[in-house]
Amino acid sequence: MNRPFHSFLRGLYFVAALLLISAEAAATPDILQWQTANGAHVYFVAAPQLPMVDIQVVFDAGSARDEGKDGLAVLTNGLLAEGAGKLDADAIAERFDAIGAHFSNSALRDMSVVSLRTLTDKKLLNSALDTFATVLQQPTFPADALERVRNQMLIGLQDEEQSPGAIAEKAFYRALYGTHPYASPSDGTSDSVKALTRDEVVSFYQRYFVAHNAVIAIVGAVDRKQAEHIAEQITQRLPAGNAAPALPPVQALTKAESIHIPHPSTQTHILMGQPGMRRNDPDYFPLYVGNFILGGSGFTSRITNEIREKRGLAYSAYSYFVPMREEGPFMLGLQTRNASADESLKVLHETLEKFAQGGVTEKELAAAKRNITGGFALNIDSNSDIVQYLALIGFYHLPPDYLDTFIARINAVTVEQVRDAFARRVAPDRMITITVGGNR
Amino acid sequence: MLHPLTMRLLAALLSLPLAACAAAPTSPVAPTKETVLDNGMHVIVREDHRAPVVVSQVWYKVGSSYEHDGLTGISHVLEHMMFKGTPKHPAGEFSRIIAENGGRENAFTGTDYTAYFQQLEKSRLPVSLELESDRMRNLLLPPEEFTKEVKVVMEERRMRTDDNPDALTYEQFMAAAYQVSPYHHPVIGWMTDLEHLDVADLRHWYQEWYAPNNATLVVVGDVKTDDVFAMAKKYFGEFKPSDIQSPKPRTEPPQKGERCIVVKAPAELPSLIMGYRAPSLVTTDAQWKAYALEVLAGVLDGGESARFARELVRGQQIAAAASASYGLTDRLDTLFTLSATPANGHDIKQLEQALRDQVKRVRDELISSDELARIKAQVTAAKVYERDSVFYQAMQIGTLATVGLDWREGDRYAERINAVTPEQVRAVAREYLVDDQLTVARLDPQPIDRKHPPKSGGMNQGVMR
Repeated sequence: MNRPFHSFLRGLYFVAALLLISAEAAATPDILQWQTANGAHVYFVAAPQLPMVDIQVVFDAGSARDEGKDGLAVLTNGLLAEGAGKLDADAIAERFDAIGAHFSNSALRDMSVVSLRTLTDKKLLNSALDTFATVLQQPTFPADALERVRNQMLIGLQDEEQSPGAIAEKAFYRALYGTHPYASPSDGTSDSVKALTRDEVVSFYQRYFVAHNAVIAIVGAVDRKQAEHIAEQITQRLPAGNAAPALPPVQALTKAESIHIPHPSTQTHILMGQPGMRRNDPDYFPLYVGNFILGGSGFTSRITNEIREKRGLAYSAYSYFVPMREEGPFMLGLQTRNASADESLKVLHETLEKFAQGGVTEKELAAAKRNITGGFALNIDSNSDIVQYLALIGFYHLPPDYLDTFIARINAVTVEQVRDAFARRVAPDRMITITVGGNR
Repeated sequence: MLHPLTMRLLAALLSLPLAACAAAPTSPVAPTKETVLDNGMHVIVREDHRAPVVVSQVWYKVGSSYEHDGLTGISHVLEHMMFKGTPKHPAGEFSRIIAENGGRENAFTGTDYTAYFQQLEKSRLPVSLELESDRMRNLLLPPEEFTKEVKVVMEERRMRTDDNPDALTYEQFMAAAYQVSPYHHPVIGWMTDLEHLDVADLRHWYQEWYAPNNATLVVVGDVKTDDVFAMAKKYFGEFKPSDIQSPKPRTEPPQKGERCIVVKAPAELPSLIMGYRAPSLVTTDAQWKAYALEVLAGVLDGGESARFARELVRGQQIAAAASASYGLTDRLDTLFTLSATPANGHDIKQLEQALRDQVKRVRDELISSDELARIKAQVTAAKVYERDSVFYQAMQIGTLATVGLDWREGDRYAERINAVTPEQVRAVAREYLVDDQLTVARLDPQPIDRKHPPKSGGMNQGVMR
């Protein structure tokens, strides 16, 4: 066990897991797909090499479903393992720990995620599944646990208030999304969290934790029959229910806006952006490849080159799309000492403008394609990678041959498509710009 | 800002958690072989054929604990400069070539090591070995690149430490707990030292430590061991060894009583760090003691059912979060560290008392057989889970080989943990968790004044060479 901050990296800003970099003609996993008796979609890949299995259950029950009760999705998700069936929080924790199983849960804007990793030795697997099934299907939301988790959420909010990066991100989403559900922070505000009630948690669970609103991803040393059994066991007691309704569309920004939030930090954190793209957006591939060149590929991207390599202005400088159910943000960011904030902002903006006007060169595009496709094997080299892909494919309704065709679709992107997509989708004169830091 | 996902990934990769290096009887470790080139360079290869990928890491025995006063942070700055070119591959070429080959690459510096890595489709391994071999001996260190890069490192320091009250507290805590040991200073270095570093310092540091006989190449993936040995010989075998001087011991003298410090910084939340001096697996007088300390950390903080989560977070609800950690694989004497944030309605004094009560209990009472069984089960499972990541496997081998342990110790971890008894856990608690060997740091939050933030980056503004 090492101390925190023990090691320092030169800087990694690939956001591969969000952007799903992918695909060469290498072998892709064989994905089997079916529905449980009550209608949950299941995605399964057999991986017999290691005696373990990963299970991820994803509900369309993220904070976009909070309906003004900010923090409700996170609180509901966070309470699942705090009491279920006849088990209290201690018993649930003991049952997972005693067999070395890993349980985890989290909620973001789109998704509410519940995961299990366990050994597949029969006795251990049965025990882990039994507890997991109880947690998913029979949470009891004990009142005392709710108060404790509420307090932990409030502490978490205070923690964010001392972090200029976290302050910037919250302000960014608020400014970008206005009245859209994506505007609110997933973990709520101190007022909203204090106001949440147990009844609200129970009805949120009853509405959204239903089979038709769930996707199950399974990867590991089980066969199809076992996987079918697992999927039934962990969802059969959920009502069939209905899928969550469509979210409202995101409104485009009509003008540029800059917001400065003073903070006693030595650096200014800068976030700039607009609504970007949906996960199954028709412009996904040109925007993804284009951004890879602009600011998504670390040390070989234009933004890192201009901000860090040429000028030494920041440790980390990047741009990325966060593809979501509706248009997730396109964001550019960096952090620099307060005195350099204006210069950095100018360079960042100029780099974006130049990109939006001039697009990419054939040479840049070819290099990006070689990087993305040549590294495909790395993106699916572990069970934990593959289970994430399955959950994404299922949750965002991507085509089942998504992994098989990814390389071809990357290779099909042209210079003109990148130019056209950025011209239509990115407007450098209508960016939200958030700065958090000291005087400059 | 690192993406939070990346941060979590790094946290997972860069720590060797309790359950990280166990050996499961059901899942024998993949074949791992070692060779030493004529020039003294170590090469360790583990074949893992689950996916057509390979990870290659070059580890150097140098890090912040090798640094002298006035030069703190130099190992990390040199790591950054290792991407700034050789006569054959000018600045930026390294990253461009790896990207061209679909690879991912980076580097990291710790107290006891500096390491460089690439992850590639398996056929591209020679690309990475050729580039690593080139920069082991032919680094240019252009002054104009240094001038920019050291600014980048200062921004990194501001981001990670200066503007993060918990990190700032931790840095001060380490400086108080260690007076003579080089763990006293931070890996990233003191700002004043970064400001006065120059390229001649770096050139000297590079010549002193970057040599085949101070390096270990670790390759894990879908490769044939003999092929990798042959490639290692081809790319690194020509280099002559250097005369490497061991760093001076700088042994921490006995501590004569408890130390307490307070850090005042703009913050919302108080926090607490308590560190007891303890030997590492490298420095211990008896191996079992190090493993008993590992088990002790697991008893307190090895999962949601461990004592801290069960009693402090859920039971007494005195902590919003609490953790225990132990520097098992540190090259020098280390700390057994408890850290925590109070829950609403409790102050830091109550929290500190609760942690001291926990310490008293492990000194007074034997841990239960259930607790020990739980830790052993976690270790067994983790040994299987860790094989899902070739990168993690390489990290583990590289760390052990570089701090002066036998890398095979990772494969014996479960066996060692399984041999630990409740009596041994109590014995190490009694020997090491004593008040006179304790350093306590408290973060005392100051109001976050948004009306009068400091001008232009405060004291660190614009002091550049």
